[in-house]
Amino acid sequence: MQRLIYNYLAVRPIFMRYTGESVPRLDAISKVSGDAKYISDISFSDMLYGAVYRSKKAHARIIAIHFDDAFDWSKVTVVTSVDIPGKNCITMVTDDLVLLVDNLTKHVGEAIVLIAANTLSLAKNACQHIHVEYDELNAVLDLDASKSANTVIHGSDNIIAHYHIDTGNTSQSFKKSDIICEEIYEMGAQDHMYIEPQGMIAMPNQKKGFDVIGSMQCPYYISAALANLMDMDESQLSIKQSVVGGAFGGKEDYPSILAGYCVLLSHKSGKPVKMIYDRAEDCQVTTKRHPARIRIKSGLSKQGKLLALDITMELNAGAYTTLTPVVLSRGLLHVLGSYRCDSVCAKAIAYATNTPPNGAFRGFGAPQAFFAFERHVDIMANALHMTPHAFRKKNYLRPGDTMPMGQQLSKDIASKEVLESALVLSDFSTKYAKFNQINKQKSHIRRGIGMALFYHGAGFTGAGEVVTKKEAILRFNKEGLIDILTASTEMGQGAHTVLPQIVADHLGINMTLLDLIMPDTAIVPNSGPTVASRTTMIVGSILQKCADKLRSSLCEFIAEKYHYNMDDILLKNNHVMHKRRRICLISDAIKDYVNVHDNSDFSAYYTLPKGLSWDEKTFSGDAYPTYAWGCDIAEVEVNMRTFEVRVTDIWAVCDVGKAIHPMSVEGQIEGGTLQALGYGIMENGVTNSKGQLLSDRFQNYIIPTFPDTPRIHTTIIEKPFAHSPMGAKGLGELPMDGGAPAVVNALCHALSLDINQLPVLPENILYAWKDAHDHC
Amino acid sequence: MTIAKNTEPISISLIINGNKEIITAYPQTRFIDVLRDQLNLTGTKEGCGEGECGACSIIINDNLVNACLILFGQMLDDDEVITIEGFKKKKRMHPIQKSFIDAGAVQCGMCTPGMIMATYALLMKNSNPSECDIQYALAGNLCRCTGYQKISHAVQNAAQLAKKGKIRI
Repeated sequence: MQRLIYNYLAVRPIFMRYTGESVPRLDAISKVSGDAKYISDISFSDMLYGAVYRSKKAHARIIAIHFDDAFDWSKVTVVTSVDIPGKNCITMVTDDLVLLVDNLTKHVGEAIVLIAANTLSLAKNACQHIHVEYDELNAVLDLDASKSANTVIHGSDNIIAHYHIDTGNTSQSFKKSDIICEEIYEMGAQDHMYIEPQGMIAMPNQKKGFDVIGSMQCPYYISAALANLMDMDESQLSIKQSVVGGAFGGKEDYPSILAGYCVLLSHKSGKPVKMIYDRAEDCQVTTKRHPARIRIKSGLSKQGKLLALDITMELNAGAYTTLTPVVLSRGLLHVLGSYRCDSVCAKAIAYATNTPPNGAFRGFGAPQAFFAFERHVDIMANALHMTPHAFRKKNYLRPGDTMPMGQQLSKDIASKEVLESALVLSDFSTKYAKFNQINKQKSHIRRGIGMALFYHGAGFTGAGEVVTKKEAILRFNKEGLIDILTASTEMGQGAHTVLPQIVADHLGINMTLLDLIMPDTAIVPNSGPTVASRTTMIVGSILQKCADKLRSSLCEFIAEKYHYNMDDILLKNNHVMHKRRRICLISDAIKDYVNVHDNSDFSAYYTLPKGLSWDEKTFSGDAYPTYAWGCDIAEVEVNMRTFEVRVTDIWAVCDVGKAIHPMSVEGQIEGGTLQALGYGIMENGVTNSKGQLLSDRFQNYIIPTFPDTPRIHTTIIEKPFAHSPMGAKGLGELPMDGGAPAVVNALCHALSLDINQLPVLPENILYAWKDAHDHC
Repeated sequence: MTIAKNTEPISISLIINGNKEIITAYPQTRFIDVLRDQLNLTGTKEGCGEGECGACSIIINDNLVNACLILFGQMLDDDEVITIEGFKKKKRMHPIQKSFIDAGAVQCGMCTPGMIMATYALLMKNSNPSECDIQYALAGNLCRCTGYQKISHAVQNAAQLAKKGKIRI
């Protein structure tokens, strides 16, 4: 690992002991010992197991549900839509997602009946004794069928959401252009394939509500959804995170549905109900990365300047709205590309289809966007007879430039640093020329090098962070420690180590004085979902505000007690200090404070940095507080006999503002980059003509294994952001954005042809090769 | 899983993590279920149930196997089974576990017990593995978080540590 630090800001905390250090992760010991309790490891006495009877049709009216007389139904709990006390929906962006189908089924796998029994085999056996009569309707299974609106399944035109951006004078700029390039890029679905399938347990509690524990990213999403479903107050619900075995966005929205099933079964049976999906069920019904089609038309001057862009981004949303509008808006804001262009007309539309709803997946619309744009950049460079790096160097966005939605890039943007570092570290230009020469010899191994330049807006889009007030709390406890209360979940990314690091350094105290409370909506405030690469940057900065309040209260308390001037009191390591002299242990001061005060909570809310504004109506303004930039360069070998692609090296250069826990930062970059490699050349979501997912296991949905892994050379750039903890920028999703285009650009370089559909499997290369060479 | 009616539970005497235990179960029960449900050894994880992900890797008589693919009836008396819980026997953390923490090889942790078992199986047979040896020895264990690179470092570090002490628990 390399770290390149560009620290031009004067905001250095007085005391930084943990920030920048890879302290031992607080969750690691229980994970290596096997003690960590994932949801499948948790049981309660008298617990039932749940199973779901699902629709077998993509689009049909349900005429009748028959329960086989031969089965003894008294042994099981049966729930249908009539058993729902509140509204039959799971609240997300809108209320259109039906939890239990009563009339119309809109995709294969939609839940119709829920069963709970004292063994899973009995519950599954009961499902086999249910028969549903359908009146089958025309199903809309892909983008074109949805666009044609011959069959309408959503609203009046099948459109779930649309946004557009229009700036400059596109038609005039195209007229002025010397060269016009127009291409269509397509990407299939991507499955999260977290190693831990989804799971949840619900049980009745003493508040006449339910305690829910499970594998989740967003406890408060579940709380809001269940309150609506059960017609309850959120205060009756306690939603708690168990150890999460990977999520990547897949446990953002779907767990609300699974929690809904468990709560309904628990409500009817009066007992705890556990549901753990097996791998196939998880694949078949949970959300995927939206399949997409992106058309880019660009106008260029002979000198290689990008003059005009006309872009249409289409997403396949699946049967319900879920998070699609939010994915779509982020997709549009990232499909504008990493380059200067004054005339841009871009629109993004999401269409409904009779397939399971697609949703959040690390990158959230940006991986589709950057695959299309960065592939297009290589095509434009080719058309101009420029090298891919020369085109990028000429046109990339720099601090001070204005993006098409009207945001002026601030000086903390590291586009130059990531681009130049990646080119130097990988020796791109030499290799690019060398491989061109080598490949002329037409040996059976062709070599290629490709790149992608990309960015990721950190935090929620637009005014999302302030519209809903997000709160965090620091609290003195009776043991003399400080509790950290947030709804941010640990799902492997390291949040539960990084947040204490931030608080400890902001206060100047030892991390051992901090206790991070596991998210539980009955205990922690709503600091927002654990999504959008927002935890370190946004929740971290709320915690810093809490820490400021905590410090001044504690210092004031001690100053009064010992008759000192408050300004002379400070906290250091384990002690409260008066100037350079130790007064007492911080833990003793906290215990004293708790004895005297009723309230020892220090809470704060997030506020947007001054000067930022966003207009949702015109879709313009400052879309994100800042952008983390990255540049990926991939080197590949293509076997011309088998068309197998071996990625040998990836240089991943990412600007993270400040690496608070460098080892976790590297882990995010390496892991995200490999997921992106999978998205590019391995992972193939296959659906049959009836809308059923066929790739529902590791055997037929291939994710990268150990031997598929290239050498990943990580470089961390630290160009701090002025309004976040120690300058940190959102990181989690960034590494997912660039790997696929870099790898595909490399293999296109090796083969001297263009492939614009993901994933690029050996058979796709074969077809493309034949197409290109049969015409010659 | 539906249990065929014409079978009866059988008893087998196994050595689980060094302790002799007589276990009674239906012969068709998957061994992962015996470990997790009957013996409460939940450190062995289930990620796919069909031998693809390796999260349920355990050691039976020095061989690395997927516990989801072994049926209880396939076990023989006195078979020696090691699960992740077997690493707890000593007071000091086992060098493989320590290396995984130090190298940053643990993120969500769901693959970790299986990865550690696969590493153990490798290092018992090869105390000085090359990067390529490691890649292939752990090829049956999927990880979706780390990108494998840090796991590879962890195995290399563990091999170094293991030279100084005993790898066998």
